[in-house]
Amino acid sequence: MLVKTDKLKKYFTISQGQTLHAVDGISLSIAENEILGLVGESGSGKSTFGKTLVGLHARTSGEAYYKGELLPKQFSNSDHLRYSQDMQMIFQDPYSSLNPRMTVLDIVGEGLAIQGKHKSAEIKDRVAHWLTRVGLNADHMSRYPHEFSGGQRQRIGIARAMIIEPTFVVCDEPISALDVSVQAQVINLLDSLKKSLGLTLLFIAHDLSMVRYVSDRMAVMYMGMLVETGPANDVFFEPQHPYTQLLVGSNPEPDPVTERSRAFRPILGEVTSPINVKPGCRFAGRCPMVKDICWEVTPQPIKINAERDVACHLFG
Amino acid sequence: MQITETPILEVNNLAVEFATHGGTVQAVRGVSFHVAKGETLAIVGESGCGKSVTVQALMGLIPIPPGKITSGEARLDGQNILNLSPRQANQFRGVKIGMIFQDPMSSLNPTMTIGDQIGETLKVHLGKSQGEAFAMAIELLEKTHIPEAAKRARQYPFEFSGGMLQRAMIAQSLACNPSVLVADEPTTALDVTIQAQILELMQELQKSENMSIVLITHDLAVVARMADRVAVMYAGQIVEAGSVDDIFYRSSHPYTLGLKIAMPSNKHDRDKQLTPIPGSPPDLFMPPAGCGYFSRCPHAMSICRAHLPGVTDMSDSQFSRCWLQEAGAPDVPELHQRKNLPEQQVTATTGPLDAG
Repeated sequence: MLVKTDKLKKYFTISQGQTLHAVDGISLSIAENEILGLVGESGSGKSTFGKTLVGLHARTSGEAYYKGELLPKQFSNSDHLRYSQDMQMIFQDPYSSLNPRMTVLDIVGEGLAIQGKHKSAEIKDRVAHWLTRVGLNADHMSRYPHEFSGGQRQRIGIARAMIIEPTFVVCDEPISALDVSVQAQVINLLDSLKKSLGLTLLFIAHDLSMVRYVSDRMAVMYMGMLVETGPANDVFFEPQHPYTQLLVGSNPEPDPVTERSRAFRPILGEVTSPINVKPGCRFAGRCPMVKDICWEVTPQPIKINAERDVACHLFG
Repeated sequence: MQITETPILEVNNLAVEFATHGGTVQAVRGVSFHVAKGETLAIVGESGCGKSVTVQALMGLIPIPPGKITSGEARLDGQNILNLSPRQANQFRGVKIGMIFQDPMSSLNPTMTIGDQIGETLKVHLGKSQGEAFAMAIELLEKTHIPEAAKRARQYPFEFSGGMLQRAMIAQSLACNPSVLVADEPTTALDVTIQAQILELMQELQKSENMSIVLITHDLAVVARMADRVAVMYAGQIVEAGSVDDIFYRSSHPYTLGLKIAMPSNKHDRDKQLTPIPGSPPDLFMPPAGCGYFSRCPHAMSICRAHLPGVTDMSDSQFSRCWLQEAGAPDVPELHQRKNLPEQQVTATTGPLDAG
């Protein structure tokens, strides 16, 4: 396993006595060369999990390992310098994640510059190489972010992550801000980079169809916890956890005949507050199959076969 | 294309431009469509294609200047609603035609209770008293299935979740029983499970109120779920329109095809590559002389660069704006082409520009 977490928790203190359980005990492993898709609705903690993994948040408790090595609970500057050579991140918003006052050369080359091992001419060459590689014009490196479209900016963000030649990349909703025609451009780019560089990706998104398409395995998060993991197609086509079933059942398909034949039963209720959560299943309030035990005992992931885990009292 | 009954809303040759520091942007370039009573028309397209500006023009929400409606008319129940005075506009806006927006949080007044905001519509348009208006607001909230409506009506927008706010905004838009509801990306900001609830609610209310819906979206899956008819917009123009089945199963414009193969379908086809549309949309400061899609179209011909394609009727329900629909154009197997149809299916030659 390239990346592994064990009961990883990240809580935020909001005010006295109020704790937000953003990530609440996630045990997950990602194999080398694998794309793990992490899906969940807004506020489920999926971005916080990704950021905690690469050290952008300090863990509250639990462990995170990279290549079997325990990662520090809170990254110091030297930890960041060291681990950023292996672990990189691509952000959701291609507008706010690029410094508007820096040129593309400075943005993409910053990682190499910080390493301090490269001459500026060398950095310029690498930046030119990577801009071309992600489908941008190398001549544009003296331009500023505002001169690019959303899709082009996302490519700048990808070049910035890839120039370090990392092993593991957290992609936090890399296509959510893009138009459909451009989403496919970015997905295909990530796919070709993954194949040519042997990357391992944590692909965080809320678009279920895209995650199924992109990922080898899929993990479904709800209010800070994993409810189901398994091979992407299995989870999508045979969801086991009631929440995954709701998610898949709510996901419209671009096909009118399928949509007309859909037995539509939207489940009422919304995600409740992740502040000061009580024990019990977090989905209990919306679950059509809720039992008494669900209100009292937090379900733990159970293996339903060699490849799949489900955290639900209906199993086991 | 034939219009069987008098449409509730009819837009002809609408053009909107904006004066900016960089020059004039021709955001909408001659758009025509109609909406029949009780049906849902989806206007689909990507950012900057002019879909939102089109409906903002209908609602009288274009700031003039810098905006300018350079041509066209829009008839709601027979009355032209463009070029109305502000006073006249207020008599139909929110009464005959209601609108809901993408971001409910920023579209509602944060300093007014939800009940007062809905009630305001009733006070202004129907002359209700404060007490009557508030009571009716609670009924409207109940109609949109907001639990504990009486209590919720006294709360402020920040106390609502995104899905609940969208319900409240729908309640507000329904206050005066509009015959048309314009929904501009109503579920884009919502999670998929909440999206399903809101779409279901819109369909339920459409039936009970016999309302027409104009749905603006970029999401083809939402279109498949909701629409009776679809107009596909690109670079300020409708490039293809037809019934929802026409658009999905008999696409007659390369852009529609391009959108479809750029998205993953939920089938066991993992190995199938997504096919992106290369490049980006044209600059509408200087719209191309020919087809707006020319630079990205895999089937572009030399005529496409210089000349804007006319409108070709594909059937009673569908039209296309593409040179590939002309007699003598090359065959494109994936594309639904008029010249390959049996003669009896082709009902009319090039007709008026209308997304019917």
